[in-house]
Amino acid sequence: MSTTSVMGGVVRRKEDPSLIQGKGTYVDDIKRHRELATAFVRSPFAAAAINSVDASAALALEGVHAVYTIDDVRHLGLNPAQVAVGTLRPFLADGVVHHVGEAVAMVVADDPYIAKDAADLVFVDYEPKDAVVDLKEAYADTVQVHDGISNTLLTWAGNAWWEGVIDLPDPSPGIQEAKERDDTVVVSLEMVNQRLIPTAIEPRAVLADWNSGYDSVELWSSSQIPHAVAGAIGMTFGIPSNKVRVVAPEVGGGFGLKLNVYPDEILCCYASRALGRPVRWTETRREASVASIQGRGWIGTSTITGTRDGKILGYELDAICDMGAYTHNFTVAIPLLGLFVAPGQYDIPTSYALHCVVTNKPTTDAYRGAGRPEAAYYLERIIDAFAREIGMDPADVRKANYWKPDQFPVTTQIGLTMDTGDYATNLDSLLERVGYEDLKAKRDAARAEGRLLGIGLSTYVEVCGFGPSALAGLGFSWAGYGLPTAFNGSGVVRVQPDGTCTVTIGTGPSGQGHETTWAQIVSDGLGIVMDNIEVQHGDSLDSPVGVGTFGSRSLAVDGTATYEATTRVKEKAAIIAGHLLEAAPEDVQFQDGGAHVAGSPDRSVAWAQIAESAYQPHTLPEGVEGGLESSVVFSPPNATWPFGSHLALVEVDPETGDVDLLEYWATDDCGNVINPMIVDGQVHGGIAQGVAQALFEEAIYDDVGNLLTSSLADYPLPAAENLPMFNLDRTVTPTDVNPLGVKGIGEAGTIGSAQTIVNAVVDAVSHLGVKHIDMPLRPKRVWQAIEDARK
Amino acid sequence: MDVSVTVNGYVYEEAVAPRLLLSDFLRHTLGLTGTHVGCEHGVCGACTVIVDGTSVRSCLMLAVQVDGSNVRTVEDLADGADLHPLQSAFHDNHALQCGFCTPGILMAAVDFLEESDSPTREEITEMLSGHLCRCTGYASIVESIHLVSRREGTKE
Repeated sequence: MSTTSVMGGVVRRKEDPSLIQGKGTYVDDIKRHRELATAFVRSPFAAAAINSVDASAALALEGVHAVYTIDDVRHLGLNPAQVAVGTLRPFLADGVVHHVGEAVAMVVADDPYIAKDAADLVFVDYEPKDAVVDLKEAYADTVQVHDGISNTLLTWAGNAWWEGVIDLPDPSPGIQEAKERDDTVVVSLEMVNQRLIPTAIEPRAVLADWNSGYDSVELWSSSQIPHAVAGAIGMTFGIPSNKVRVVAPEVGGGFGLKLNVYPDEILCCYASRALGRPVRWTETRREASVASIQGRGWIGTSTITGTRDGKILGYELDAICDMGAYTHNFTVAIPLLGLFVAPGQYDIPTSYALHCVVTNKPTTDAYRGAGRPEAAYYLERIIDAFAREIGMDPADVRKANYWKPDQFPVTTQIGLTMDTGDYATNLDSLLERVGYEDLKAKRDAARAEGRLLGIGLSTYVEVCGFGPSALAGLGFSWAGYGLPTAFNGSGVVRVQPDGTCTVTIGTGPSGQGHETTWAQIVSDGLGIVMDNIEVQHGDSLDSPVGVGTFGSRSLAVDGTATYEATTRVKEKAAIIAGHLLEAAPEDVQFQDGGAHVAGSPDRSVAWAQIAESAYQPHTLPEGVEGGLESSVVFSPPNATWPFGSHLALVEVDPETGDVDLLEYWATDDCGNVINPMIVDGQVHGGIAQGVAQALFEEAIYDDVGNLLTSSLADYPLPAAENLPMFNLDRTVTPTDVNPLGVKGIGEAGTIGSAQTIVNAVVDAVSHLGVKHIDMPLRPKRVWQAIEDARK
Repeated sequence: MDVSVTVNGYVYEEAVAPRLLLSDFLRHTLGLTGTHVGCEHGVCGACTVIVDGTSVRSCLMLAVQVDGSNVRTVEDLADGADLHPLQSAFHDNHALQCGFCTPGILMAAVDFLEESDSPTREEITEMLSGHLCRCTGYASIVESIHLVSRREGTKE
């Protein structure tokens, strides 16, 4: 990889000028002539039969154009973008509702105020049934969410998911033997990893415009996966992909929430076609809380068996994972993702059983980290408990069990291949920067004075940069979307006739700065200045394929495709420039807005001249075709495996249980870094969301399935005063999976942080007898744990 | 009902429904979509604008309440191509990611810096407690406002 001033350097974001002036275009900012607005009639019950729906009063209201129920859209079948496990969500409730907030009817009116009035006038006769809310009760299966279907949809256990592909040994008998040895210690904890509401600050929004003249549809959607949405629309309505344009313009935060094809996206297309006018829907905050996906929601027991010198002989994880009422996109695959990284950075035999269980609550799906934060939480909490039990420093226990650098590539117990890693160096780097021994002394001194200081440490490894495409056949299949590829990425690089450059990618940002990072890649390769490179994204017709923005995959996959396309454009441009400069192509170098002959900077030609020649084929050397662009689809041979180590210092108020997060350090390793400023920003935001889970957030339901935290007044996102300044650093262990050497950083902060905080709080109060406190660690819960331990 | 209001220096005379929210009036009647709506119940702060010199949540006001008032939105911050110092600081310090909460934070910060002389970092943090950002973790936002306040402080 060549280096210039832009690659690996801090470059201010190309995205910012529009966004800081209020000139960015989000879906709800787009206006179409004669557009109509939508409101949904939503169930107030978590479980009920629907006897009847009477829309006559709503339809009589002036300005109301239609009220649709399942009878109007049943012929569309089911949303094709759902993994066919368990019960799939119908476009509108079909005779029964399974969670509060499920859409029963759709009202279309002149404006959103009238639509909401009309929605209130739709009379639905419900017959409430027993709701299944508690996870353990759901697992017991005494009341079924879906009549006649076990609440446990499947259990990811043993090596079942891989059975028939690779023959792998079952570690369970060995772990049982180790437990029975005299020299081993067994430590076990039951822990809750609570349900969360992803809460992008931009609510979801949809605008559909079906043009019957062209028989084509345009849909603007606040989505992380516009190509998948287009595929689902095409399949649902039986129209080819070149008649569907789905655009995700500026997206105001994603975090996995916008990684589903939602019924409203299809329904707005349906209504637009039926009414012959554009149809809009913008989610309210309460709808965001009850009708879009949620994340996490596990209760489980992790157990470590090990020797007193810190050697771990077995790790067991048995958890019930809340799927919610219906399975969507990746719903049942989220626990599987956790299972991929269940043993973390450690060479330890692992046994697991993850039970995917339905409840009368909104569907869960990917939320930042998606299965990996849960896995890291259960593992890193129990390692701390084990360290405490045997009286060893938690850092030393971790080091005693690491995979070593010379063992890579590591084939994990379930047959995946971890690319590169140097875990001990990463942790040592963190501990040295923190001044770990001094910090422990400071904690102990404070404790002697009656102050409750605690240090928490966690490491993590994540699997991301999805790929490999071979995974598509193992429960992640994207084929349901009508897409020709699975887990590929695309990049189209075109030098325009004036020498500027347009880059089109199959993935788009929801804050991650794709425009800047991708421009850096292209600028580095071609020497075209950043200001002359425009990056287009989020349009299903512009790029040939796009799997989407999730799993920290954009740079590793679509970024690589763009890098390869850049290389090809450069090769052709070298021929053209060489022709203009009367030099051999291999002697041409690109830099500072043009090309020059190596060793002779005066013999140069500007990009405008190269491009002009490229689009005048008669000026080109014989055999060189006109035009200057390349389109590459990259199929990653493997996922990437970033890792890192986090450490927190907290103080607990013994009188109130209030937790003060005093300091936070993280040393992450995402391979090579293209823009350190953007990477740091991703880690900041990721840690903030992990801290949010540890200390503040929880989707709380009452025993009949009502969400008690559906407003932002009740669901406390952390504010500025709740978060410390973060002390960040990196080690760099490039991947060999892609030529950029990049691994991905979008989720790292979240995966590493929640257990770091909980480990710190438990450390602060463990000498009082507290072994564990479930998240979120709000003051009352911490205070109660201290009180209970004292008794 | 008739409303006469000055927004970003222009006078608008509009007939509006009594229940029309100020946020919807700005965004959909006037087309000033830089003001964003994140929760429509006054918690997230994305819709913050300045009415008669004070920052307010435009989702908690009705359009008819600004009859006769002077309203500033994020579109009014830059002077042509010259960005407001806060806008430049946000750009320089990566104080935004998805950008959805940014206009509201900028307007609150403009009001705050006009009212506060050389605020401490803690005072800035406290001011920001009325704004939710899901992307940044706030550190870069606090830093940006602090930088601008210190620069402006040197003038005194």
